[in-house]
Amino acid sequence: MWEIGLAHYLTVAAILFTIGIFGIFLNRKNVIIILMSVELILLAVNINLVAFSWALKDLVGQIFAMFVLTVAAAEAAIGLAILVIYFRNRGSIAVEDVNVMKG
Amino acid sequence: MILQAIAFYLFAFIAVAAAVMVVTARNPVHSVLFLVLTFFNAAGLFVLTGAEFLAMILVIVYVGAVAVLFLFVVMMLDINFVELREGFQRYLPIGGLIAAILLGEIVFVGGIWAVAPEVRGALTERVPEGSALTNTEMLGRLLYTKYVYLFQLAGMVLFVAMVGAIVLTLRQRPGVRKQKIGEQVRRRRDETVELKQVRPGEGV
Repeated sequence: MWEIGLAHYLTVAAILFTIGIFGIFLNRKNVIIILMSVELILLAVNINLVAFSWALKDLVGQIFAMFVLTVAAAEAAIGLAILVIYFRNRGSIAVEDVNVMKG
Repeated sequence: MILQAIAFYLFAFIAVAAAVMVVTARNPVHSVLFLVLTFFNAAGLFVLTGAEFLAMILVIVYVGAVAVLFLFVVMMLDINFVELREGFQRYLPIGGLIAAILLGEIVFVGGIWAVAPEVRGALTERVPEGSALTNTEMLGRLLYTKYVYLFQLAGMVLFVAMVGAIVLTLRQRPGVRKQKIGEQVRRRRDETVELKQVRPGEGV
């Protein structure tokens, strides 16, 4: 209990990951919350990478986590830009309406 | 040791609770603020594992840039957030079911999980025992030598994202009067001023 090991960190990461997935299903209409859930999922992945890096005494995990952070930042920027122009064109951000390209 | 455990449980509990609030909060602004809280506590967890540089990067990049960007967008868009929550009750059972199944699967995998013995030999960048270097120095030595191409590639990803965001959101609005210095300087007197000979008593 008082000895914090790899399993503790993996448990936290698994719970965060599940909450992220849960958030995507729960907020089907609100794209902003969906993007935030994706950020939560990526954060869980980062916690996993850092925890393994610490447990195996190997630095590659931290380097990889840094690249994941980079990609997450780029994804958030592009996603929010798309959201802004979608709102400008349609006047709403409900994801269920995003089927205008359906054949 | 017990202090470390207390810190871990504190950070972990607050992170998970804030993450739950992110997905269930009524107001998206509150969601963003809870996201910031989650990131801060995840940074605390990173510090506990000795990844100080990543912890600081998490605070600076996520809290300082990404979360503020989210806050900007939430406040900039004029959205009726009550409408967006309509399906909340309807999706609660299916979402909870899928989350429970996923968590169960992760627990099953975690129950039989073990590090393969050959992994220990495959590790390439061991942290030197008793090294005087800090975490930041070790990461820098690795990142700028062995992983320099990946580092440059990450820069390209950020660059493309920046260009993409600008291209997507930039728009030409008609009917806006702006200064066009080139055209204003290029103007000649005979293009803009016309002399009319007005006869007395007739008008133009």
